[in-house]
Amino acid sequence: MRMLMPWIVGAIVLLVLPIFFGGRSQLTIMSQMSITVVFALAYNMLLGQGGMLSFGHAVYMGMGSFLCLHVMNMSSFGSFPLPLLPLLGGVFGLLFAIIIGSFSTRSAGTVFAMISLGIGELMAALVLIVTVFFGGEEGISGYRDEGLPFFGIEFISNLEVYYLIAIWMFIAVALMYLFSRTPVGRMANAVRDNPERAEFLGYSARRVRFVSFAVSGFFCGVAGGLSAILFEIATESDLNVTASGVILLVAFLGGIGFFWGPIIGAVVFTLLQTVLGLQTHLWELYLGVVFVGMVMFFPAGLSGIIMAHVPAAKMGKLGTLVGPYLTCVLPGILGGLGLAALIEMIFHVRSGAEGEHHMVLFWIDFSTHDVLPWLVALAVAVIGIGLAVRNAPNFKAAWENASTLPEAA
Amino acid sequence: MDLFFVNIIDGLVFGLLLFMLSSGLTLIFSMMGVLNFAHASFYMLGAYFAYQISTVLGLGFLAGLIVAPIIVGIAGAGIERYGLRRVHQYGHVPELIFTFGLALLVQEVVKLFWGQNQVPYAEPAWLDFALFNIGENSIEAYKVFMILISMLIFGGLLYILTKTRIGMIIQAALSYPKTVEALGHNVPMVFMGVFGVGTALAGVAGVIAGPALGTFPGMAFTLGSIVFVTIVVGGLGSLWGALAASLLIGWITTFAAAYNFEFKTILLALGMEEPALIWDSKLRDLWTLTLPQIGPILPYVLMVAILVFRPQGLMGKREA
Amino acid sequence: MTSALELINLRKSFGQTEIIRGVDLSIAPGERHAIIGPNGAGKSTLFNLITGRFPQTAGVVELNGQNLAGKAPFEINRLGLSRSFQITNIFPKMTVFENVRCSLLWSRGYQYSFWNLVSNSQELTEAADAILEQINLTSRRNLPAGVLSYAEQRALEIGITIAGGANVIMLDEPTAGMSHSETDYITDLIMKVTEGKTLIMVEHDMGVVFGLADKISVLVYGEIIATGAPEEVRANPRVQEAYLGAAMEAH
Repeated sequence: MRMLMPWIVGAIVLLVLPIFFGGRSQLTIMSQMSITVVFALAYNMLLGQGGMLSFGHAVYMGMGSFLCLHVMNMSSFGSFPLPLLPLLGGVFGLLFAIIIGSFSTRSAGTVFAMISLGIGELMAALVLIVTVFFGGEEGISGYRDEGLPFFGIEFISNLEVYYLIAIWMFIAVALMYLFSRTPVGRMANAVRDNPERAEFLGYSARRVRFVSFAVSGFFCGVAGGLSAILFEIATESDLNVTASGVILLVAFLGGIGFFWGPIIGAVVFTLLQTVLGLQTHLWELYLGVVFVGMVMFFPAGLSGIIMAHVPAAKMGKLGTLVGPYLTCVLPGILGGLGLAALIEMIFHVRSGAEGEHHMVLFWIDFSTHDVLPWLVALAVAVIGIGLAVRNAPNFKAAWENASTLPEAA
Repeated sequence: MDLFFVNIIDGLVFGLLLFMLSSGLTLIFSMMGVLNFAHASFYMLGAYFAYQISTVLGLGFLAGLIVAPIIVGIAGAGIERYGLRRVHQYGHVPELIFTFGLALLVQEVVKLFWGQNQVPYAEPAWLDFALFNIGENSIEAYKVFMILISMLIFGGLLYILTKTRIGMIIQAALSYPKTVEALGHNVPMVFMGVFGVGTALAGVAGVIAGPALGTFPGMAFTLGSIVFVTIVVGGLGSLWGALAASLLIGWITTFAAAYNFEFKTILLALGMEEPALIWDSKLRDLWTLTLPQIGPILPYVLMVAILVFRPQGLMGKREA
Repeated sequence: MTSALELINLRKSFGQTEIIRGVDLSIAPGERHAIIGPNGAGKSTLFNLITGRFPQTAGVVELNGQNLAGKAPFEINRLGLSRSFQITNIFPKMTVFENVRCSLLWSRGYQYSFWNLVSNSQELTEAADAILEQINLTSRRNLPAGVLSYAEQRALEIGITIAGGANVIMLDEPTAGMSHSETDYITDLIMKVTEGKTLIMVEHDMGVVFGLADKISVLVYGEIIATGAPEEVRANPRVQEAYLGAAMEAH
């Protein structure tokens, strides 16, 4: 029962979210988030659980997406229930992954990464050459509501689409979780840690990698099918190397060490992309900074940071961390915002229209030709980061104290 | 025939350019065992710094050629010292991911300072003339200049690696870092130095390629994956392999782009009939396909084939 | 009766150098056979040849009468041969329990299945726990294997090796780098867990060798110069020469 709790809570949250966020764009964002969750978890089946770094995984999702759109454009689509479409996407992804995986999973490591990059570039180029199938630069589009109505539902409204995607996401996440608990899922971890030892236990490391790869391809295809339903279009940007890089980033941001890490990554990333993307042109810059900082200082990702609090919580010492958080992390964040303000102002001056001095930042109106805003931003940045750096040793000490058992008296 | 020689020269220019990147990348790879995804980002930085120095500050092309690579090399050494060395302890995958993130970040930083569009970084006026003609095609002095610089650098690199004491230490440190460290050499320092020089080489490539291929924020990603292909095809860790693969890929892409061979010819030779309404044909892509269209993907086809059939590359000794 | 393991004129060269120079050896089922010899004699190479880690240059390896030529390590393992490594070779990020459970999967017929859950199998959990009990690591059950002490990791290595139920167990220097008390502990452990199985081990510690082995082979420069019961081998003048000679050089 305790094991089922997170799933029940998750299901309820998915169910009631539209009550609080019922707007058109909010529903779309949540649907997009769900698709990213499926894709990121499928990606992490390789990276986190199987130790295979892929730079071309968007190919499998993209192929699922394209093929599903072709199905949507078939004349017989009218007799096909839309909710089953992602399953077809999954089968397409699986078939494609079986073909590529049959030679690319021979080794993990650099060879695998390079083959995945090569396939990724090849497919992205093929999209623009094979226009019959990929539709060139415009891509392929279709209409989801031309399918067979499902118990009277035609999936015209965003709410219906959200629920369809959320249910699929829930099923896919559950299946992927269960996969990690199967014999081959366990052996994927073993092969990741020590392929040679796994071979001396009767398992072919290559075969284990291949199975993981194929199953991952299936779920990527499911994500592709969901994306076809939500956006009703697939283009080159769905399967190029940038798309593959993004999913790597999402998984790593959330943390590849825990099953649920990429879920957090997908939620946070989609929020950043949509919310921050509306506020600033530079969101990709911030994303890059966060990403590089993450790899350098918190390679375990957000889930790793969260889990690092568990020992302290178990010992009832979380309270001792509040002070250090206030004196170190908070100034650090404020300093970061100050720095971001400076960057925004530089960007505004450099790329704003001629004579355009007026700027709004953090709900404050000012002119970029005054000295004061620059001084304020600079002061916040310097003082904030300075305080964070100065208090960092304290923070570290408090942290270590909170997460280790007291010496037996 | 004239066109053939022109393409030989163009391919040589591109191949040597690739080699300036792939030589540094492959040295860094043999040293640290990790592929530096951000290597081409240093190439891009070289071009932008040179643009800033030569054009914006107006100090002239030569100033850019000398100063920009130095700045790039220092930046590279700093990133090795404070970034890579830190991430190294987490293992290979985070290292690769770090360089990948760095590549994204550099691109965004470049966009912040120099904007989304191509900047007007051009070859210097004193090299902007036709040096000689092959048939009706003139060969610009700048191309010859690019070849000379590349050759000069290759010669210098070869000399340093094989004839000097520091070169011996580097070569030894590549294979036996622990032993070399035990002999009293500062191996981390050597690594940082090699990283710095490797990135500076990429910077030089950027300085001289910027005017020819364009200086824009996407230039790193455009060339970066090709450089990867080059060192994988050549054999990871092999300098001669990198040279061979660079030239091979330089010529393949140049020739593919130059000869407008139509696949129609093959289909007709196979006895197929050209459909009257080509846009309704299922095979329309095959009928309209030309060699320049598939030219850009040929390196990737080559790489995947090499990885599948000869994973150690053309001249590499170990598996990638 | 077929031998558990039969080596016929086994040879291995690396480049010009021949490391294993025609080894003939026959090990009966249930025998406890130790291979000893000075450093660099080729003991580990011999192990790697038998278990498919390296291909042999010439000769034959037969396991229960079956030729192993060209078989990959995982295929050899499935035929009933399991080995440990000189350098600890476990799954450091997985728990101790997971390490043992993974080693059970193939022999229990789970293969590459993704339609049943490992945690649902009572039988699997019990079997893994029984092995943990045998190797005295029950108290470490849920720790990541990488944090165990060296001796504990060696014990786990042996546990992983025997878990699959292979009939032929090969241990490569199981007590290397251990203190006296640890060595005694591991020796008892090996005795206990290889009951009724064929055991082949490479070992330097003569106390362990004479305590465990029914038969000893002496490997010197890639050749077996003597095989026999411990007393015979001890008395063999060639062995004395090789060992004393090597010992003299070493000191």
